[in-house]
Amino acid sequence: MNFFCVGLSHHTANVETRERFAGGAGAESTLREAGCAEALVLATCNRVEVYGTSEKRVSTDEIAHCLLQNSEVSDRGHSEALPFYRYEAEKCVQHLFRVASGLDSMVVGETEILGQTKKAYQSARTSGAAGPCLNRLFQRAFRVAKQVRTHTEITRGSVSVGSVAVDLAQKIFGELGNCKVLVLGAGETSERTARALISRGVNDLRVSNRSNDRAQELAQRVGGQAVQFDQWSQQCCKIDILITSTSSEAPLLTPTNLGPMLANRIDRPLFIIDIAVPRDVDPAVNEMEGVYLYDIDALRSVAEQSLAVRRQQIACAEAIIAEHVADFLEKVSCELSRASRITGHPPVADSSLRASQL
Amino acid sequence: MDRDLLIISTICFLAAVVRTGIVLRSRVFRPGKFNFLAIGLGFLFQTAFLSIRGHALGRCPLTNLFEVFIFLAWSVALIYMLVGPAYRLSLMGAFTAPLVVLLQGFALIAPIDVRHPVKVPANSSLEFHASVSLVAYGAFALACIAGVMYLVQERQLKTHQLRSIFYHLPPLTDLFAAITRLLWLGFILYTVGIASGFFTGRPLPRVQVVAAFAVWLLYAAILQGRYFRRIAPKRVAALCIIGFSAALTLLWGITFSAQTHSVP
Repeated sequence: MNFFCVGLSHHTANVETRERFAGGAGAESTLREAGCAEALVLATCNRVEVYGTSEKRVSTDEIAHCLLQNSEVSDRGHSEALPFYRYEAEKCVQHLFRVASGLDSMVVGETEILGQTKKAYQSARTSGAAGPCLNRLFQRAFRVAKQVRTHTEITRGSVSVGSVAVDLAQKIFGELGNCKVLVLGAGETSERTARALISRGVNDLRVSNRSNDRAQELAQRVGGQAVQFDQWSQQCCKIDILITSTSSEAPLLTPTNLGPMLANRIDRPLFIIDIAVPRDVDPAVNEMEGVYLYDIDALRSVAEQSLAVRRQQIACAEAIIAEHVADFLEKVSCELSRASRITGHPPVADSSLRASQL
Repeated sequence: MDRDLLIISTICFLAAVVRTGIVLRSRVFRPGKFNFLAIGLGFLFQTAFLSIRGHALGRCPLTNLFEVFIFLAWSVALIYMLVGPAYRLSLMGAFTAPLVVLLQGFALIAPIDVRHPVKVPANSSLEFHASVSLVAYGAFALACIAGVMYLVQERQLKTHQLRSIFYHLPPLTDLFAAITRLLWLGFILYTVGIASGFFTGRPLPRVQVVAAFAVWLLYAAILQGRYFRRIAPKRVAALCIIGFSAALTLLWGITFSAQTHSVP
């Protein structure tokens, strides 16, 4: 079975090059016309890859040409050498397993790639471009990805500031459905963080800004309610999460002014996300009982810790993948030998014959 | 024969402790079924031991300090098996197993398994009083364990140093709710236990009564502070640890100093 993978990714090509080859709906059929017995195009924002089997070698240039033919982006004015990589047989299997497990991703361990791979596979199955060989290969890849996720910490924690903030909120409050959130400052980052919290179940969101119009606008966009800026401190007694990103030069919250606000809420924690620079909240606030303060550096540090753990886990993930690659190739080879004994054909290097034997 | 069962039980709990130690050393805590299975198996052997010992004595096996410790360890495992599903099972087990190993290990090593020279007749009301009180201690022990988990989680959130175990701990508010429930469970059982002590038909040793009321008052104070929101969650968690340590010391004192209490 002659598996191959031809592609380019964020490792080898910039986004401009990748989008030139992103391919259209007909790329898989064009590839089959070019001589691929089976073909599957995996096109994401970080990679464009063709997985296939063929009777005789289909050159990388031919594959690139097929992708270009179906591309929706004009190729005029590009004559440079193409940064494609090519993996055959064992290397191809290993590469797909690494891709599906998120090891080859820009953010190591991200799980979106598995969904994208499954989608690409489903699409190729539906169109008939993927046959039994790719079916077997991809099914195994999904199994490997699942095992890597279960048996290593490769997907642990969040690696972006927004998702770290939301994860921490969930670690403090559990369900966010009953949490009250106050957004202080109607900037872009606070909006993103607020939206992330809403996506995890927050229903009660209040927005306060020096310019009330901007507060009203943001409140409308995210489905919250605007609060006059001179009333934000009164809200501190009622809220659970405070996102602050004002352009104030002096800290808005200090232990002195926060203390009385928290007097009647001793049993409820307060999570403060300070994404303003300069900071809106005095770091000493973090020493107060029941208050958890994370500024932008703290959030980044947590994200980096997660990323570091993910990197540490690469070796474990690689070991699982290596085991599966060896097992997969052995099983395929055994089945080929058995099929050749039944049909009386010697196990030749003809991929279409091998595919039919399977 | 019955001690062998207890040794096997201790080994099961120890296996859970060792496994937790290994995964924590590798800096990657991964919850699995191992801890729950090991504790479940340990609990079965504990139950078998208590059952055999009970049959041999013809009464509830609470006749000496050794049996009291084993019964307490059994209560801790029982409450864990009952309430564990409310938390993350394997993680709660990771904190529960060391306590059980400590209790059983001490009971096995120390020369405290002294058989009473005369077979003591069964006294159902006294046995009820002692066993309910010990199950209450089991709930207090679990509250103490949840308190440790709370403080670990809280510390990591405060210092921004999130270790592997952090991602497997339940949310702070859930842990606090669990602590409160366990405290109430323990307190109600303990109250029933103390009240039933007055109906044993035996004279009440003053020291034991005072000590038992001291523990009762301590937990009543914690619950009152919690109910009226006068004590912050972190302090409640810390008080659960202090409370159980004090209760354990008192239990020792009661059993050690007053044989009449444990050997009716």
